[in-house]
Amino acid sequence: MRLSRDVAVVGGGMTRFHHRIHAERTSRELFVEAALEAKCSVDNGFDLKDVEALFVGNFSSDAFEGQSHTAALMADWVGITPVAASRIEDACASSGVAVNLAAMAIASGAYDVVMVGGVEKMRGLTTEGVTDTLAMAADAVYEVGAGFTFPGLYAALASAHFAEYGSSWEQLAAIAIKNHHNGSLNPKAHFQREVMDIASSLGERNQMSFGDELEFLRSSLNPYIAYPLRLFDCCPISDGASVLILAAGERVREFTDSPVYIRGIGQASDAMALHDRESLTSLRATRLASDQAYKIAGVQADDIDVADVHDCFTIAELMATEDLGFFPKGEGGRAAVEGRTGLDGEISVNPDGGLKAKGHPVGATGAAMAYEIFKQLRGEAGRHQVAGAEIGLAHNVGASGATVSVQVYGR
Amino acid sequence: MSVPRYWRETKYRYRLIGQMCAQCGSVMFPRSGVCSPCGSVDLEEVKLAETGHVVTWTVVRNPPAGYMEYAPYLVALVELDDGVRVLSQLVDIEPIKMKTGMRVEAAFRRVKVDGNSGIIEYGYKFRPLIE
Ligand SMILES: [Zn+2]
Repeated sequence: MRLSRDVAVVGGGMTRFHHRIHAERTSRELFVEAALEAKCSVDNGFDLKDVEALFVGNFSSDAFEGQSHTAALMADWVGITPVAASRIEDACASSGVAVNLAAMAIASGAYDVVMVGGVEKMRGLTTEGVTDTLAMAADAVYEVGAGFTFPGLYAALASAHFAEYGSSWEQLAAIAIKNHHNGSLNPKAHFQREVMDIASSLGERNQMSFGDELEFLRSSLNPYIAYPLRLFDCCPISDGASVLILAAGERVREFTDSPVYIRGIGQASDAMALHDRESLTSLRATRLASDQAYKIAGVQADDIDVADVHDCFTIAELMATEDLGFFPKGEGGRAAVEGRTGLDGEISVNPDGGLKAKGHPVGATGAAMAYEIFKQLRGEAGRHQVAGAEIGLAHNVGASGATVSVQVYGR
Repeated sequence: MSVPRYWRETKYRYRLIGQMCAQCGSVMFPRSGVCSPCGSVDLEEVKLAETGHVVTWTVVRNPPAGYMEYAPYLVALVELDDGVRVLSQLVDIEPIKMKTGMRVEAAFRRVKVDGNSGIIEYGYKFRPLIE
């Protein structure tokens, strides 16, 4: 695979990811907010009438909101009909894949200017309803039919990783603590509080006090969801939308003097159910998708300065940092404990708080990762800016690894 | 899960039947119509081993619809003695006693009750093997 024309991000926007503040809003309103921020972010101004096509990642507006045909609806509400509008559904990787397809649509010469984004309004359902809807992204017969849930699938991967490499729950806790710290610096994040800050206020309410984060995370206030994963190992249920404006290399200077190029893309699939995977401690689709993206971009894993990786559960970030080649297999957990993935570490992973703290409105996540890397490489990430970031990566996983998309970005 | 969707797979869930490729000899579960290693469609149904060991496991505390009455419950990836892997609930064992590598055997049990229709669905679960 290759990109036969240059493609750059020239604008980006996203809503805050949250549940309560979006309680009265639907997908279309969230998407319009993100699209208008993207439009206004284009340095030289942008007329929405310049958009030639729209790609929208969305997992299940059908089940969450009783609304299908989502892409045309978004085109209508953003006011860009009659452009071609397409919805992409690849579970939690929906808008990461949408970004890849939008880049290919420009690289192919079909379009010069494309809007791509993602949206999910999950909180219209109860937590049980959300759990059941998310479970549709697993094998309904052979995984869910055996009693597995999403946390259950990732918990099984965690148990296998612990057994094979001696990694530990304390290493997962380090990832949660880091991502909450990063989220505390990100005004778009669902959770903007340090773990210790949450420990103090929850502890006070329950007449408990904690000397440090681990004492709190080991307590009854952080219950098991699926052993060895506890509540703070899981991302929250959030609503939100994210939108990017992409332009062909030849047209970029009309829009900005500070574009962020999509240097490489990759995508792969794998067996849906865990019983058919060649490995339980590594996602093959992550390895293959990142290999493709590195090759097209002409970079290697250790060239990456900043990465948004898919941490729906803390174990997912640990495995991603290994499968993307940032650390040798089995050393991702130790690297996290040693601070090597922190904001000022050798490779900053999830500086925006990741899915863990920023939130995970399923269909909006992949494009929100691209938004973060766009901001980081332009030096516009504010308090969670990674100093001197020049090459960035976004890694979006569908369900337990049956779909993975990757992009490599550069100036 | 809707009842028709479940019943379509019932035979295979109830009797733990996989497929064997007549070309390359691979044994797979569930059967899919195509041999994933070699691409052959020359496949035969084959009865799988009913004993195996636990490869990895967890305890589900927030179950999907229809499984509430069992929670919290154990689920595992089991590797059967013929090398085929299946995901399954584990029964007749406390979570505290669970160990990776534990020997288990298939048992056929009620799996869930469909909340809307009340139809009881049966299938395999695994339990510790007493040798
Ligand atoms: Zn074969």
